[in-house]
Amino acid sequence: MKVAILSGKGGTGKTTVSTNLAMTLGVSYVDCDVEEPNGFIFLNPSIQKCEDVFAEYPIIDREKCELCGACAKVCQFHALAKAGKEIVAFEKLCHDCGACKLVCKTGAIAYTKRSIGKLESGSVKDVNCYRGILNVGEPMAVPVIRRLLGNLPEEDHFIDCPPGTSCNVESALKYATAAILVTEPSEFGLHDLKMAVELVKLFKIPYGIIINKDDEKENIVKSYCRENKILLYGTVPYSMEAAAFYSKGMMLCDDEFHKRIFDQLANKIKEAFAW
Amino acid sequence: MVISVLSGKGGTGKTTVVAALSELAKKVIKVDCDVDAPNLYLFYQGRDIEKKDFYGGKKAQINGSLCIECDICEEVCKFGAIKNAMVDPFTCEGCGACTIVCPRKAISLEDEKTADAFLTQTEKGIISRARMGVGSEGSGKLVTYLRRNVKRFEEDNGITMIDGSPGIGCAVIASITDTNFVLIITEPTKSGLGDLKRILELAERFETQVMVCINKYDINQEMSSQIEDFAKEQKLSVVGKIPFDKKVMESVNSLRPITEFRDSPARKAIEEMWICMNRIMTTKDF
Repeated sequence: MKVAILSGKGGTGKTTVSTNLAMTLGVSYVDCDVEEPNGFIFLNPSIQKCEDVFAEYPIIDREKCELCGACAKVCQFHALAKAGKEIVAFEKLCHDCGACKLVCKTGAIAYTKRSIGKLESGSVKDVNCYRGILNVGEPMAVPVIRRLLGNLPEEDHFIDCPPGTSCNVESALKYATAAILVTEPSEFGLHDLKMAVELVKLFKIPYGIIINKDDEKENIVKSYCRENKILLYGTVPYSMEAAAFYSKGMMLCDDEFHKRIFDQLANKIKEAFAW
Repeated sequence: MVISVLSGKGGTGKTTVVAALSELAKKVIKVDCDVDAPNLYLFYQGRDIEKKDFYGGKKAQINGSLCIECDICEEVCKFGAIKNAMVDPFTCEGCGACTIVCPRKAISLEDEKTADAFLTQTEKGIISRARMGVGSEGSGKLVTYLRRNVKRFEEDNGITMIDGSPGIGCAVIASITDTNFVLIITEPTKSGLGDLKRILELAERFETQVMVCINKYDINQEMSSQIEDFAKEQKLSVVGKIPFDKKVMESVNSLRPITEFRDSPARKAIEEMWICMNRIMTTKDF
């Protein structure tokens, strides 16, 4: 089982839910929020392996280049431009698709690589932990996410996704076999949850919802779940205490009260996914 | 003058602050650049004065009647988006490499509509915003479009405020480019500080002045001091410290800016922050 944890809105508790569920169930944790990966702050695994993620980009051999401009014309990402008497490559815009090399008649294009991020893996207790980190200044997170997920061993995972519903989340969902949506009972939370539900539906995988910072009353997210027949796996109640644990980078399941909550959630999820 | 409100970490209170500052500044043009979780417009009863299809990318399309299933396209696609002469639209990046190698010219690149872009007129000025198709690519491009689309309404000495998205990727880079000020909303948590450092490292590459606001600063006073010490080291001004205030949740759920809550401590702190920001902003010439 590869369970993606997503939310739509940021800061609803994806990392809290995924780290604590991973620890409770003894299942691997994968931090796919490569722009701002925070899960390791809480799990604090000992890092055993670290490697760079490379992206390729074109370099032009000026001896061979006849300045026909076909490469700049074919590039859909505007990563190549003809500027006076040279072809300029903007490496950060390059998607490494190879189209420029295909159209170059003089064989003037070769590829070289640069690091755009890194992958780290390690473990804590019996939980394997993986994360990708995008280098600051790099615009594209997808290649790091793809590489991170492509490298994982065959085992069960919780995949902590980035916020939103764009291509970053999509690349994580493509790999997932089930999804948990974490939300908060607010108008903003619900608005963005609905977008996340639309996205998950496209992938035809089983999914359900966890409400974090729950007010323990009837609220808009609970009625949304009921009306749309979406499974509510459970809730994590709102408390100043939980906020304080979070702020210090502590795991909620190390606290007795919250441990019971995550035990219950874990059982519910195991049951729902027949895990 | 363009002020971009960013955070790195999600859920730190960008939208709440943007809505409040817009009220205090009276007339502000707003751009909701958090395109895949847009919430700012929810605060306003507005009328859409413009709706346009936004084409943010392209996808390959195979014409079945021309295709001879030679699979050359499959071999050349670096994204693994073509299998058995079918294009997986989720994986295709619209690069067109397949169109170049197809011996039958059976593949074309088609523009893909990725969002509806709106200009919404409200009593409190115009909002440029979008409804993005789920899973769409090119949110950086869309952010750039939303900002450009509202330019014609900008006046001299006017303020444009950007509600940014979390993260440090293309959408955020597009939200920092060509801004005069960046206000980073952080929170006193280990994650908040970690993410603040990353967004700051990014903002430093641009010619923009950074200000920092600590939201819910009293949730962990020790972390707040750590953030303030860090800001001091980096020679950044902490322009505001907003206390935890239950009224903020009430504000979000009643979809009224926090400035409408008379006795709210968060409102008071944001008012003080706005004075502080103005002091900094008026000393700078453009």
